[in-house]
Amino acid sequence: MRTDPKKARSYREFLYILPFILLVLVFSYFPLYGWIYAFHDYQPPKPISAETFVGLKWFHYIVSNPVRTADVLRVLRNTFAMSGISLLFSWFPMIFAVFLNEIKCRPYQKFVQTVTTLPNFISWVLVFSIAFNVFGSNGAVNSVLMDLKLIEKPISFLKSKDHLWFKMWLWLTWKNAGWAAIMYLAAITGIDEQMLEAARVDGATRMQIIGHIIIPSILPTYFVIVMLNIASFLSNGMEQYYVFQNDFNRKYIEVLDLYVYNYARSSIKNYPLSTAISMLKSLVSVALLAVTNTVSKLIRGDGFI
Amino acid sequence: MSKREPNDVQLDRSFTDRLISMITYVVYAIFAFVCIYPFYYIFINSISANNLSERGKVILYPMQIHFQNYINVTKIPGLLDAAKISVLRTVVGTALTVIVAGFLGYMFTRETLWKRKFWYRFVVVTMYFNAGIIPWYLTMDKLGMTNNFWGYIFPTIIQPFYIILCKTFCESVPRELQDAGEIDGAGTLRIFFSIMLPVIKPILATIAIFAAVNQWNAFQDTLLLMTNTDKLNTLQYVLFQYINQANSLKALISSTTSSSNLAATLARAATATSVRMTVTVVVVLPVMLVYPFFQRFFTKGIMIGAVKG
Repeated sequence: MRTDPKKARSYREFLYILPFILLVLVFSYFPLYGWIYAFHDYQPPKPISAETFVGLKWFHYIVSNPVRTADVLRVLRNTFAMSGISLLFSWFPMIFAVFLNEIKCRPYQKFVQTVTTLPNFISWVLVFSIAFNVFGSNGAVNSVLMDLKLIEKPISFLKSKDHLWFKMWLWLTWKNAGWAAIMYLAAITGIDEQMLEAARVDGATRMQIIGHIIIPSILPTYFVIVMLNIASFLSNGMEQYYVFQNDFNRKYIEVLDLYVYNYARSSIKNYPLSTAISMLKSLVSVALLAVTNTVSKLIRGDGFI
Repeated sequence: MSKREPNDVQLDRSFTDRLISMITYVVYAIFAFVCIYPFYYIFINSISANNLSERGKVILYPMQIHFQNYINVTKIPGLLDAAKISVLRTVVGTALTVIVAGFLGYMFTRETLWKRKFWYRFVVVTMYFNAGIIPWYLTMDKLGMTNNFWGYIFPTIIQPFYIILCKTFCESVPRELQDAGEIDGAGTLRIFFSIMLPVIKPILATIAIFAAVNQWNAFQDTLLLMTNTDKLNTLQYVLFQYINQANSLKALISSTTSSSNLAATLARAATATSVRMTVTVVVVLPVMLVYPFFQRFFTKGIMIGAVKG
């Protein structure tokens, strides 16, 4: 039998990537199979089997058990609040970039950009360590406030639950804004210089140029960011909230991802319900992604997936 | 005064322009300060007299400079091991991620590859979903990735985003280069290693730095996977423990200071604060050191990333 050399090569090339395809299969797809735990009464070390199958019991449990329902509503509130604040202020990096671009002294502009991007590259643990050292009871902020006689005893910034959602947004922004601005700066660089020159010749002021040329030119970028923000509305991750959580603020800081972890962590018996909650979250997230991508296609004529 | 001369308007404009400029300069100075001061604050405290930094007296500049803290932390049990694990996972993880991203990025440009488009999507789509923490943990447990160093490596090898970057870069390389190799009789692998690999070095360098920073910063996998062992703790994890468990930290410190009389003076004896600050500097330092080198890749990295798969 004669094999087509072209076909043979095509299969051989597939063999080269096969190990990596298997890696993807095992580490990215196979965990989805773990969703079946949401349909079982998992009591380790007993493995799940046909006997442990309980159908939609755990999903029903979310709405029928008053304690769980209250918990889920509470973490949903936190998730919506913190994602909502992020979405509400999502214009901040854009405005940050627009005015940074207005700085005509290049070295100073470069310096600000370098310095404000740095926090993006440190971990949340380090951010928390910085928060702890700077805002702790004998940290820089409390020391200065005490020396100035503005306060009598240290404020416990990290333990209090006051303005917690906003504070979490501030930390997130401290970490990410400089990095997020880079994309807008690149978009601004792409604006046709002739257009800006023409506006200047016509006597447009700086604010007019910003309002009528620069911002409209980078709005498409902003639009994509907003869509991505909406798509990940339920998934704000757990790392930031995990490191900042303590007994005083837990009720307000627990977002869905963190709750799923904390709840499962408290007892192995909670694995199925945790899985059920995160499964629902995943499904809603995928739906949100599909919707935002479609909206993006309708408005921009192009999706982002 | 009902009619303003053009000159007035010009004057007016330059005045508001200058005002805007001034405000902008000041506001960005504040932003820059807010971003850089915390790092500076922790650094000057780590080299100042410990009894002063303990009471929050070191704000603007270091006082009674000494470097004993950096010697003290090496004596804390477990810290050096954590540093080793952090370095090891960064080196091994980065190397594998970069090579695989380069190879797959190249392979996905090969039109001869069987079902190329399908496999490409098969890999890339994994960016958009995940199973969730518990199913992921249970699966990793089944695969033997818990309490095992490879748990840091295997789950992170395939990074769709980096593969997209490499593929985009490979596509920008003139096709003739590969064709020439083909005419000379080089096979698929030979073309990759001898021809493409040297050409795509710039993108691989970019990816290497991003991957290394991610490996160095990783925290969640220690939290989830390494539940029954202290031997695989990373620096990030240890630092978090030091911050959150002041009591056990004190016990650790007393075990180190009792053995060394040298550090017995008040200014130099290790305290919970001094250890936290010093370890923070140690963990930040590698990122700070590579930062100037990869800063120029930012725009490139972020822009190519905007290209969809």
